[in-house]
Amino acid sequence: MIREIQLPSRIESVDQAAIEADEFAKSCGFGDDFVSAIDLAIRESVANAVKHGNKFDESKSVDVTFTDSDEGFEVTVRDHGAGFDVDEIPDPTNPENLLKANGRGILFMNSFMDEVSWSNHSGGGMVVKMIKKR
Amino acid sequence: MSDITITERQAGDVTILDLDGKVTIGEGSVALRTAIRRLLGEGKNKILLNLAGVGYIDSSGIGELVSSFTAVKKEGGTLKLLKLTQKIQDLLAITKLLTVFDVFDEESEALSSYN
Repeated sequence: MIREIQLPSRIESVDQAAIEADEFAKSCGFGDDFVSAIDLAIRESVANAVKHGNKFDESKSVDVTFTDSDEGFEVTVRDHGAGFDVDEIPDPTNPENLLKANGRGILFMNSFMDEVSWSNHSGGGMVVKMIKKR
Repeated sequence: MSDITITERQAGDVTILDLDGKVTIGEGSVALRTAIRRLLGEGKNKILLNLAGVGYIDSSGIGELVSSFTAVKKEGGTLKLLKLTQKIQDLLAITKLLTVFDVFDEESEALSSYN
């Protein structure tokens, strides 16, 4: 089962994505604990796309796909921004970065999902694909 | 409706902010920033954040806690945390921020630590 949604580049889309993910995951039979575990990762990925990817440009959408597969729950989030090198994001847990205000979203995505991968979309923008296994 | 309600109490020279709601990207984080800046403007720089009522926090909210901590410290004050939920404690552990913040379970214990 797959669900695709397009969201505008605004803060409210973060809640919207989380609500849609909750509904979709529960309709696929995933339990409350599972849904709770993926919630923050989905919020962080959409917030990242809105804020850093599309830079709040409402003419650019955030494209989200939820997939219920044999492996588990898969979510992809695509922005339409200029892209970035994920390896260049400083590790927020390094002592010199602990007091920085930003940069923890990707850490949370990596912490709460089993697999997280980033790629450039052929049509522009970045895609993050995350999997939470059953 | 705002994502968060912040109630201010005074205990001696320590200002306690009781947070109720979500500290997330958008209104929740901005409300916390505004409250901290206001207290610093009033010369109140011993601040205790009671997070017992915070049901949800994201990376922006965590970032706002850090920004608040550094803003208060810059003014010669101290910001400490009270009554973390298990979820917030987990997030502060993941981010290694439990090594930065003074965290308390009991208000009386937190208040004594300012002396």
